[in-house]
Amino acid sequence: MSEARISDAELHAWVDGRLAVARRAEIEAEIAMDRELATQVAAYRAQSEALRAAYRPVLDEPIPARLLDATRPQRRRPWAIAAALAWMVLGGVAGWAVNEATRPGASPARAQAPLAQRAAIAHAVYSPEVRHPVEVGADQEAHLVAWLSKRLGAPVRAPKLESVGFRLVGGRLLPGDPGPVAHFMYQSEKGARVTLYMRTEGTDHGETAFRYADEGTVRVFYWVDRKLGYALSSADISRKQLYTLANAVYQQLNP
Amino acid sequence: MTERDQVIALIPRLRRYARALVRDPGAADDLVQDTLERALGKFHLWKPGTDLRAWLFTIMHNVHVNQVRRRREFAVLDDEAPELSVRGSQNGALALRDLQSALERLPNDQREVLLLVVLEDMSYQEVAASLAVPIGTVMSRLSRARAKLRVAIDGGESSAQLQIVK
Repeated sequence: MSEARISDAELHAWVDGRLAVARRAEIEAEIAMDRELATQVAAYRAQSEALRAAYRPVLDEPIPARLLDATRPQRRRPWAIAAALAWMVLGGVAGWAVNEATRPGASPARAQAPLAQRAAIAHAVYSPEVRHPVEVGADQEAHLVAWLSKRLGAPVRAPKLESVGFRLVGGRLLPGDPGPVAHFMYQSEKGARVTLYMRTEGTDHGETAFRYADEGTVRVFYWVDRKLGYALSSADISRKQLYTLANAVYQQLNP
Repeated sequence: MTERDQVIALIPRLRRYARALVRDPGAADDLVQDTLERALGKFHLWKPGTDLRAWLFTIMHNVHVNQVRRRREFAVLDDEAPELSVRGSQNGALALRDLQSALERLPNDQREVLLLVVLEDMSYQEVAASLAVPIGTVMSRLSRARAKLRVAIDGGESSAQLQIVK
């Protein structure tokens, strides 16, 4: 008999707390008098509670980087990357030609490719990647670091940059001159990306100061510390911000 | 808050819904990612001032329905699998795994309605708008989903003492 007085829709609206106050009281009175109905709505309420409890923890999980990436406007389209690369390669060739022509008694030993330019090219290629920004993710950092150290033949570390607003996305191995290159990628909460390019230098240069280069749209701070060359690149943050990050990297690598 | 920040603020809810909808966490995040990419591609179609959450859930619904349809070309989906009763563990408590299994065996359209109502606390009108179906359809899907879940979990017996294991 309760079925006649309470529609199925009203029953659900009662379970979901979506009834007007007056009608709610009437339904509650019906439920109180009907054991079967009471059991049914109790089961429905328990279901809802169980579902909410089961999936509530998902709300507190950190948002995966790939989902944040999916909200990034695709500023750099493939043609833009190609244009940037062409620009940098041209610049490199011209720079090399000028360098060679003006060098007093050009040395027979081939000069290493310019660190900042190589780093900027790597940054331009990999930083716009949404799905495959790195080869090994930050979740396997120990493995990543061990692998890159082995390939470079020098102890490599991924600096922690959380204190300056960037976390490690992961890294990859790149071909370089003369040897392999370790490439780490970092990302801020807002999706800005920074890459750290590390290579072994042919000869021990001692220690150099920070140098700065504008390679097209990519800003680069680079320096050499004994046998390792470092370059920190970004197209997303200001020169000042990048300098702060470069200092953080330097301090961590030279405690 | 920029529009992008508004979208990011909704990601945890999109993930929760997707996790309940497709169960496998990786596949759930794939669904969220496809939804976000689709949304970004047609963001100009969103009217500022209207409900961004409803808009994103509508996109997710469309993406998911397309995925299910595509998968169906390869395998017959067990949307209407026999409703085996999943009994609780010995102490009668409802285990999380049982709940997920029962949810998984609901037909997709019923599961969507139940989750939007229960997890997202959407009104029946909002659910109808998000899924582009009449409100009567929403009510009948909700009714069937709840009845099936009840049968699956406790065989339709008295469940007043149903307990939740968190």
